[in-house]
Amino acid sequence: MRPEAAPPIVELRDVDKRFGDGPLILDKVGFAAERGDFITLIGPSGCGKSTILRLISGLIPVSAGRIVVDGMDPSSATERLAFVFQEPTLLPWLNVSLNVGVPLRLHGTGAATRSEIVGKSLALVRLADRMDYYPRQLSGGQKMRVSIARALSISPRILLLDEPFGALDEITRNHLNEELLAIRQQLAWTAFFVTHSVAEAVFLSNRILVMSANPGRLHAELRVDLPYPRTEETRESPAYQKLVGEVSRILRSVEHLKA
Amino acid sequence: MSAPGPGVLRVLGRLLPLATGLGMILAWYGILFAMSPEQRFLLPAPHQVARAFVDEGPALWGAALNTGGGALLGFGAAVALSFLLALVLSLSPLVRASFYPYLMILQMTPIIVVAPILVLWVGPGLKSVTIITFLICFFPMVVNTTQGLISTDRNLVDLFRMYKAKKWQEVFLLRVPAALPYFFTGLRIAGTLAPIGAIVGDFYAGNSAGGQGGLGFLAIIYSSRFQMGALFATAAVSCLLGFIFVAGVIALSWLALHKWHDSFSHTEN
Repeated sequence: MRPEAAPPIVELRDVDKRFGDGPLILDKVGFAAERGDFITLIGPSGCGKSTILRLISGLIPVSAGRIVVDGMDPSSATERLAFVFQEPTLLPWLNVSLNVGVPLRLHGTGAATRSEIVGKSLALVRLADRMDYYPRQLSGGQKMRVSIARALSISPRILLLDEPFGALDEITRNHLNEELLAIRQQLAWTAFFVTHSVAEAVFLSNRILVMSANPGRLHAELRVDLPYPRTEETRESPAYQKLVGEVSRILRSVEHLKA
Repeated sequence: MSAPGPGVLRVLGRLLPLATGLGMILAWYGILFAMSPEQRFLLPAPHQVARAFVDEGPALWGAALNTGGGALLGFGAAVALSFLLALVLSLSPLVRASFYPYLMILQMTPIIVVAPILVLWVGPGLKSVTIITFLICFFPMVVNTTQGLISTDRNLVDLFRMYKAKKWQEVFLLRVPAALPYFFTGLRIAGTLAPIGAIVGDFYAGNSAGGQGGLGFLAIIYSSRFQMGALFATAAVSCLLGFIFVAGVIALSWLALHKWHDSFSHTEN
């Protein structure tokens, strides 16, 4: 145990999760996130990494153990917490700016404040000129940026991202990774990020949690000590590539565990 | 390119349907000539139908107005009430299971049997016609709208729960707009059924008192008098009424959906 000044912003203690009478999805998962951490969860399919995000968000309850978010139970802490889903999950009948304003509207924020915040959020993801577009007029990458702008609109302290760039081509994905980190330089949130891509995990995070499946357990934790801001050059640095190799090796050993 | 230019294609696209229509009228006269003279009273010539439009004009348009009114009232009532019922049905599978069998009974009972009951209850005329139209339109509207309300994308529902949406916000900001394409599918079906329902209703439960009869009633009168031209004109007016309803419904769904829904995606991008 190392001494800590500030309490962790999110803490999981011996968390178990099963759905109904189903098999154990998560088995005694425990970790703590410091403010400003960018934690990536990576592991084979079915290891419960998305489930962890849903538990932190309060969308579903734990079966055993405890989660503390910002000193509170997850279900009462949701207002400072935003979720970016695997798919953009935009409302197709609303234009871009109304979509970004949905969380504020649900919280009863007035129209004037709303449009000001929406404008700022869209500027952050460089889509200020697409306000009046409808989702179907946007590319996959643009939709995802709208989805991120929507999450940012409530000034979250905690951002949960469930494989948000999984469906995009690699170039778009790299761009969005860089944008995400650039936004993070301006707004300090703690991020939990789920991905299948080792390269993405190493590029974004300062901590990587590798999970094993059946049931989902924390297998290993790696610290990524590459300095922020990270750029295209980061991807070419030997330190980055060494880490990518290391995480890939651990992932392979986890896959063997499963077999 | 050897293919004809888009301008030529557009002109052809306008001319061909017209030519087809002319061809059909010619064929119509051809059939008349082929018939023996004593059979010819069965099929009025196109010009006789046109003549009937002039002679029976006031009766036809008056009847069309009566039938159209009944159709519109029954259709409107079906839309409004089916929407409310669909909201209730969307609440839980239990509610749906307890209502659906009775809705089915309503749908399975033939209008021909219901009509005399209605005539005894509320009397012949507009009231009966409206109720019959309502009965015909109600089922497809309820089924489609309910299906729409319960088919909301799981992720979008999660999003709303995530941001602590209240139940009414989830229903009116998410489920209702998401159900619109389904609602309009129901509306299209009901829109084609409404004028037919009103005419059938008028046929069985129309009011014979002066000026209150609709197209169904006119059909009975003309057929009893062997006025074949007028009978064909009645059919044409009924058809026109149906077109007006369908056009109205399509216009409404275009207004509501064309900006965002894929069924209109050819209009942009």
